[in-house]
This record gives sequence, C-alpha cells and structure tokens, in this order.
Amino acid sequence: MIEKEIVIKNRAGLHTRPAASLVKMAAKYKAEFFIVKDGLEINAKSIIGVMTLAAEQGSVLLLRFDGEDEKEACAAIVGLFERGFDETQ
Amino acid sequence: MNTPDEITLHGIAAAPGIVIGKAFVYTKHVPHIDEKSIAPQDADKEVERLRSAVTRSEKELQKILSFAEQKIGNSKAKIFEAQIMILSDTILFDSIYRRIKKELKNAEYVVHGEIAKYQQLMMNSKDEYMRERAHDVEDVKNRVIRNIQEQKLISRFEGGSIVVSQSLTPADTILFSRNEILGYATDMGGVTSHAALLSRSLNIPAVVGLKDVTTYVHSDDLLVLDGYSGVVIVNPSEDTVTQYKRRGREMTRFEHRLNELKDLPAQTMDGKLIELSSNIEFAEEVRFTRAQGSHGVGLYRAEGLLMGRDTFPSEEEQYREYKLIAERVFPNKVIMRTFDIGGDKVVAQSYDEENPFLGWRGIRVALDRPETFLAQLRAMLRASTKKNVWVMFPMVSNLKEVRRAKELVVQAKNSLRAEKLSFDEHMKIGVMIEVPSAAVLAGDIAKEVDFFSIGTNDLIQYLLAVDRGNDIVSQLYQEFDPAVMLTIRHIVKEAHKNKIPVSMCGEMAGDPVATLLLLGLGLDEFSVIPYVLPEIKKIIRSVTLREAQKIAAKALTFSTWEEAREFLVGHLKRLTPDIPLPEQPTRDLSVGPQPQPNT
Repeated sequence: MIEKEIVIKNRAGLHTRPAASLVKMAAKYKAEFFIVKDGLEINAKSIIGVMTLAAEQGSVLLLRFDGEDEKEACAAIVGLFERGFDETQ
Repeated sequence: MNTPDEITLHGIAAAPGIVIGKAFVYTKHVPHIDEKSIAPQDADKEVERLRSAVTRSEKELQKILSFAEQKIGNSKAKIFEAQIMILSDTILFDSIYRRIKKELKNAEYVVHGEIAKYQQLMMNSKDEYMRERAHDVEDVKNRVIRNIQEQKLISRFEGGSIVVSQSLTPADTILFSRNEILGYATDMGGVTSHAALLSRSLNIPAVVGLKDVTTYVHSDDLLVLDGYSGVVIVNPSEDTVTQYKRRGREMTRFEHRLNELKDLPAQTMDGKLIELSSNIEFAEEVRFTRAQGSHGVGLYRAEGLLMGRDTFPSEEEQYREYKLIAERVFPNKVIMRTFDIGGDKVVAQSYDEENPFLGWRGIRVALDRPETFLAQLRAMLRASTKKNVWVMFPMVSNLKEVRRAKELVVQAKNSLRAEKLSFDEHMKIGVMIEVPSAAVLAGDIAKEVDFFSIGTNDLIQYLLAVDRGNDIVSQLYQEFDPAVMLTIRHIVKEAHKNKIPVSMCGEMAGDPVATLLLLGLGLDEFSVIPYVLPEIKKIIRSVTLREAQKIAAKALTFSTWEEAREFLVGHLKRLTPDIPLPEQPTRDLSVGPQPQPNT
C-alpha cells in the first residue's frame, strides 16, 4: 500500500471534468484507489464518489493505492494532479 | 352545461407566439419506493432488472444528448453528459448489485438508499455547483427507478398540447419539443431560465414565472397562451378564443408583412440611419438574426459559455466560440460583453451575499480575478482580426474600474504581441451604463471609452430601487418613469458631446412603445431580441428624426409614466396603425398583488 498527500492545484478543483479524467486514469490500473479528505474516504474509481468530495483548489487530499501496480498508478495519478488535469490545453 | 370561469394569469413572456390548445399538465415523476424483501433465488433476477433499467436509462440520456446537440448545439448539450457519466459508474452500481444480493431487498429501494447518500453529501456542500450536481444525481436516480418500475417516460404524448408544469428541466424542454408542442407554461423561471432560453432557440411560444398556473390548470383544459405579452388564459370564453385567434392571425400577417422590410435599412423618413442589431447568447442564433434583417449583434452574452458547467472555459475554448460568432456576423459588427456573473447570474464560485444585486458582480468580479478576465480579453482580441469585434464591460460604477479594465486590455494586447498572435489593434472598448453612478458620470466615462451601451433592465431597477421580480413593488418598474427618461437623455447627450455612439441593449430597446422616444433622444443603436426586430424597424421607417425629437421632448414633460406612455402610444398608433400593441397588464395598482380567484 502507498499513501501520498497532495494539494489540488488547478483552479476549478475536482469538478466534473477533472473528476472524469481522474476516474478514467484510475480505471487503467488494477490497484485499488481511495481518496481521503476531511475524514471522508471515497473510492476514487467511482465518478459519483469523486464528485462528492467537492474538493476545491488548495484542498489537501490523501491518496491511497493498494495492489500490484500501485506504484505506477500512484505516479500516473499524482502526475495528473500536478499538471492541473491538463485543463489549460 | 356549466362553463368554468375564465381565469387570466400573468407571467413573463419568454418566447413569442400565440397558441390555443389543450393543456397537458406535466408532473415530475417522483417515484414511490417501498422497501420489499425478495427471495434468495430471485436475487439474480432483481439484479438483472436493475441492469436493464440502467441500460434503458443510458439509452434515453444518449438520445437526449444527441437530440440536444442537433437542436441547440454542442456547448449547451453538455449539461447531459454528467448524468451519463454517473450511469456508467461501475463502483457505484457494483455496490448496489452486491447489496441487493446480500440484503435481499428490491432494486429501487437499494438504488434510492445508495444514491441518496451521495446526494446528501452534495446537498450539504457550500459550493453552489456541487448542489447543482445533486440535482443531476436526483434526475439520474429518478430515471433509473422509473425504468426499474418500467414506467414509460411521458415525453411522448398527443401532439398539439400546451405543456403546463411547475418547472422544466433542460431535458424536459428538449424532449417535449419532439412532440409538436404548442407552447410551454411554467410556475417558475425567468426570462433567462434554461427553459426560456431553450424554448426561444426551439421556436416554441412560452410563458414562464406564472407562479401558480399548475394549481389552476388540469390536463385537457383549454388554454390561450400569449408569448408576446406573457399571458395565459384558462378556460377562455368563446369570445376570448375568437379574439386571440384574430390577434394571432394579425401577428402572423404582420410578421409576414414585416418580412418584406427585411432587406430595407432601418432609416427614418428624413434619412437618419439607425443601427438595428440583436441580442444573442449563442453562435447558432446568428442565422436567425440574419433572417430577421438585423445589421449585427449589439449584445453577445458570453455567459452562454458557462451554462451547465462548473469551470471557466479555457482561453482556447472561448476563442473558438468568439471567432465563430465574429465570422458569422461579418461584415457587420458584434459587441461582446465580458462575463456578467453575479447578481442573479451564474456564480463561478459560490459566495453568500445578502444583496447579490448590490454585490460582487460584473466588472467587479473580473477585476478581482484578473487571470480569468485576461484569458477572456485575449480570446476576444484574438477573435477580432476581422475588425468587427467590439468589447464592453458590465456593471461599471466608477472611473477607476474603467481605467483598470483598460489597463488589462493593454496587458492582454502586450502578451498577444509577445506571442506573435494577431488581433485588431484598434478594437473598440465600451461600457454598459446600467448603474446610476455610471449614468451620472457619463460625461467623464465617455472620455475614456469608444462607446456606451445602456442596459435598461438593471438601470431601471437600480435607479428606481425596484426589484421587478418582487410582486409587491414590481409595478413601480416603469420604462417611462420621468426619472428613467431623463437619465437616458443625459447619457446620450454626454456621449454625443464626446462624439461616441450610444447603443441600448435592455428590454426597453425592444418595446415598440419606446421606439419613438429613444429615436428622438438620439439613440444610435437599438439592440433587441431578434423577434421584435422587424417591428422596431417598421416604426423607425415611419417617422422623421425631427418629428421623433419633438415627440421625445414632449414625453419628457409629463410628471407620471402613465401620461407619458399614453402619449407615446397615441403617436405610435397614428404613425403605424397596424402595429399590434401588447396589452399592458391591467392590475389594480392601489392594492399590490391581485386578489386570487376562487378555485
């Protein structure tokens, strides 16, 4: 299991579109992927779950990966957060 | 036989046209959910029932999405995408399937319980967009449950009805329009509600904001719906029906005759050319304004881009849309207004304000968020290469804001130059005059900008301190109030002293009763909703500028709006006897809200 804390950088936070990219990216990996925010833990492979987080810019999230390809999954997801979900094409 | 009493209801005219037909009262399907236990051997069957309900729901939504895309364009159709995404959430549905098998409960009960959890979390959010998403989730849930219960979607029914409903979601409006709907009448909503915007795009007469039309109307009641003046008549008498049929025919005939004016200029009899343009929100509307004989676009509301989304569109996305509009309007010009958010309009970041209309909106938001504003300015500048884009700022209330906004325009230009991107170096910059302080300072502001556009809706509300959405005082909202007329005169005078043109893009510009007055006061451009274009053109062509000036001067001498209006109506009837005037709703002005009829 890997845990990693990140801060949301993109302006719009985890709204619908970023949430969709996140879920799509997570689906590529076998590892389980959970996000914890303010004590609420959600399955990050679920769009409705990620939408529920209402995570805006500056929010601190704990990402948790568990499974054989957890390292790759973690790197990919953290990269997505760092690039601000490729929002400013 | 007992004939029920005729009841007249006043609402907001949202989309023009007169229709007479049977009502279809549409009640939102609120599913009834019982908790039922199922036998262990039936669990798989129950899961299957849910799976096929999800598939059907997805098909329905795909259909709505593609239909919406054809009818109203991709950007507006995006509102349906989030719902489809939820339906394909495997984590969500896997846990529902598991619970059905483990707890041996019926599918709708588990679906409701599981989705309601998320809904609750979203409803608790402080973020307005998150709460909006909760409505999406609710829609999805109800759609799936309806499909589990195998109830048919009531989107198809006998054609030729007037749909009466408390409110209409964008999905409802789109779906119903496939059934040759005559019109829409709703309790809720304003001119800018989704339903109103969509019915205008779809060309379906609509009256919204009727407050309690659903309590007066039953399915199959006969209705008259007048989308020109915002009136719905329930159980009309034969006389009323005859009268409205005539009015409908008159309007149609009149519109045909006006059609002949299409290619003629909006010019007074003594040769003064007036710019007659349209207000639009979406690129798709440009074609229609052309058909109505418009010169250009006097107000493009960029907020259309924000509809149904939770983030600001990127500079590229904005640029594509602005460019498309500039190209479609060319060789005429388009005045683009930067985002007017706040007030009653989209707020990108929720922020509780006690008085949003006196709060953080328009240019105030833009200047506080220079990054968003700069992206928009850059997008508009980049779209200006054909030199037909003018840009204006909403809600300006002092000189400092104008200067600051102009600095940002310079900054945007510099950054584009540095990136070697082309734009119109001389793109005209103007401001909306809609705050009384800006009207008072018109002379000073005129020295800083290239043009003015008077936004009468807000100007009148702010000037007369009247919220026209408030029934108790809304009758104080009057275009012909002497204070309003004097303010408009002042704005135009100061602009002309400084040799800049004045446009008007508020509703008053599209009120035929106001045309002679505004013409006489020296307005250079009328920007109106496309439907009234031909009518306004007809009036402009029926009078000399000199005569209009005399009429305006006289109108300003009356001490009440009633006298001024009556005077203007008199001249209008004399000059253009065949213009069908919307009836002024006759309300008892002394007692506030109307007495309610017994039902």
